[in-house]
Amino acid sequence: MKRTVFAYPYIVWMLIFILAPMLLIVWYAFSKGGSFTLGNLITAFSDPVYMRVLLRSVWIALKATAICLLLGYPIAYLLSAMKKSTASLLYVLFIVPMWMNFLLRTYAWQVLLDKSGILNTLLAFLHLPAQNMLYTESAIMLGTVYNFLPFMILPIYTVLIKLDASLVEAAHDLGANGIITFFKVILPQSIPGIISGITMVFIPAITTFAISRLLGGGKFMLYGDLIENQFITLGKDAWPVGSALSFILLVLVLASMAVMRQAERNAGEEGGILW
Amino acid sequence: MKKLALFLAFILLFGLFCGCARRGGKDSVTLNVLNWGDYIDEDLLKQFEAETGIYVNYTTMATNEEMLVKLQQPDCIYDICFPSDYIIEKLVADDLLYALNKDNIPNMQHIDGRFLDLSFDPGNEYSVPYMWGTVGILYNTTLVDDPVDSWDILWNEKYSGQILMYDSIRDTMGVALLKLGHSINTREQSDILDAEAALIEQKPLVLAYLGDPIKDRMIAGGGALAIVYSGDAMWCIDENPDLAYAVPATGTNLWFDNIIIPKTSQHTAEAEAFINFLCNPEVAAQNAEYIGYSTPNSAALEIMGEDYIDNPTYNPSQELLDKCDIFHDLGNFINVYNDSWNRVKSFVG
Repeated sequence: MKRTVFAYPYIVWMLIFILAPMLLIVWYAFSKGGSFTLGNLITAFSDPVYMRVLLRSVWIALKATAICLLLGYPIAYLLSAMKKSTASLLYVLFIVPMWMNFLLRTYAWQVLLDKSGILNTLLAFLHLPAQNMLYTESAIMLGTVYNFLPFMILPIYTVLIKLDASLVEAAHDLGANGIITFFKVILPQSIPGIISGITMVFIPAITTFAISRLLGGGKFMLYGDLIENQFITLGKDAWPVGSALSFILLVLVLASMAVMRQAERNAGEEGGILW
Repeated sequence: MKKLALFLAFILLFGLFCGCARRGGKDSVTLNVLNWGDYIDEDLLKQFEAETGIYVNYTTMATNEEMLVKLQQPDCIYDICFPSDYIIEKLVADDLLYALNKDNIPNMQHIDGRFLDLSFDPGNEYSVPYMWGTVGILYNTTLVDDPVDSWDILWNEKYSGQILMYDSIRDTMGVALLKLGHSINTREQSDILDAEAALIEQKPLVLAYLGDPIKDRMIAGGGALAIVYSGDAMWCIDENPDLAYAVPATGTNLWFDNIIIPKTSQHTAEAEAFINFLCNPEVAAQNAEYIGYSTPNSAALEIMGEDYIDNPTYNPSQELLDKCDIFHDLGNFINVYNDSWNRVKSFVG
């Protein structure tokens, strides 16, 4: 019996639950009353509201990705430099919150950031004035970074622990100090990890809609909110334009994945194959 | 072997869809009920199941528009639903409702005549009123020292960052229209643009646009002023006595949530039995006390007593009601509202 037989349920599953919905979106995006049209896509591009929201989503996702990288790389590096047992314990601690539904974790931030919440109670205890933290753009940023940081740390950590220690020793033997060794030897070799980290943070960040609603209080509409709004509240007439918006997001995500893959390939040529 | 695997894959998927088999054996009927969150005393569902042997599969949603989308599906599975006035108008116009057989709903006699035969469903051919109320301002008396007697207070910079607005197109656009003295059912483009400008002007003062979480935030003291439905106000004041509810004397939106049966329902007789059950004075009183919303059932209000009858939030004066307006379906003109609302929501100063 060939092993590929076991793939059939998975293939059927993918056809029904992944491919079919996508085809439906494309169908809705390009049709009007049964015939082909580009009108929905033109509306989606020409309306200044939609464009403004798209640009804001891209900007917030880019910022969140940058922050995740700046925070995640040092954490992954420290983890990889630790004793194996300590590192695995901390590694698990980073993963454990992901076992909980991310909506629950985001709701928890509401309780923490609220005017009468835990952080403000702490500030009051220290005789500091209460801060409006919930329902701000910073709260959205915090929620996004918090939720997606593990996706940045884990791939970088995986690359760093596989890194050949003898290369670092060789660099030291040849007179490179710690900083030069890091930038000339360690960083270039960890680029594949960085790239998958960026992909895994940027894509969910640009498509999110729950975080902006729960922590932004509906004041900072993102592209995901816009699409949800088209389908949930505006009714059936808005589905074609909603599908066109989803299609644009789909293309954007695929394009960014292609860019990342190309970057990974280039890095692979320079630094040799690491995986 | 391949064929067998493929076959098994299909069986598995098929089982997935059949997994939601009905409870209670072959002969009993299950009613699919779609309601707002926190909008029925769920003990009553058990009582209904015990009394009639009809099972209830209870689901909730958050906005009228969401409910409308579900009811417009050709394969709509729901047997009972609780939409508001203007949605009923739309559903009637689209011929999506089942005409009720009043002989099966004798308890309708307990409904106050003031709340029957309203403009959205003349003669109550398709709907029975379930709850009603006003839209007004819930405020925290420890944080607000100005008199709350006009919609303008929601534009007062003194309360910047402490104002909570409803994340709902008709309600929030409606408040802006009321503030400007326009009709909440206006079909004048210029009125809508005025309201849009007013909401954009107000946006820097707004803490958040929320749905049901408004209640929790207000109870926790997280906001000074909020737009709420009168029934929610009752509940919040009960939880936090610092809160108070006011409706500007110039009038507001008067709304009705109503019980309907979609045309696609396969169990209309059982659904009518459910409506009749909810109109039973004892049941309606227990339900209204649980939810905190105003009941249109006069026999139930008698049972609930003076605390409710004399409460102006729960039972506003006829004088105020005469100044109030009911939402009407706007047909395709709703798109003008939608576009304005999108511009308000996506605006960042």
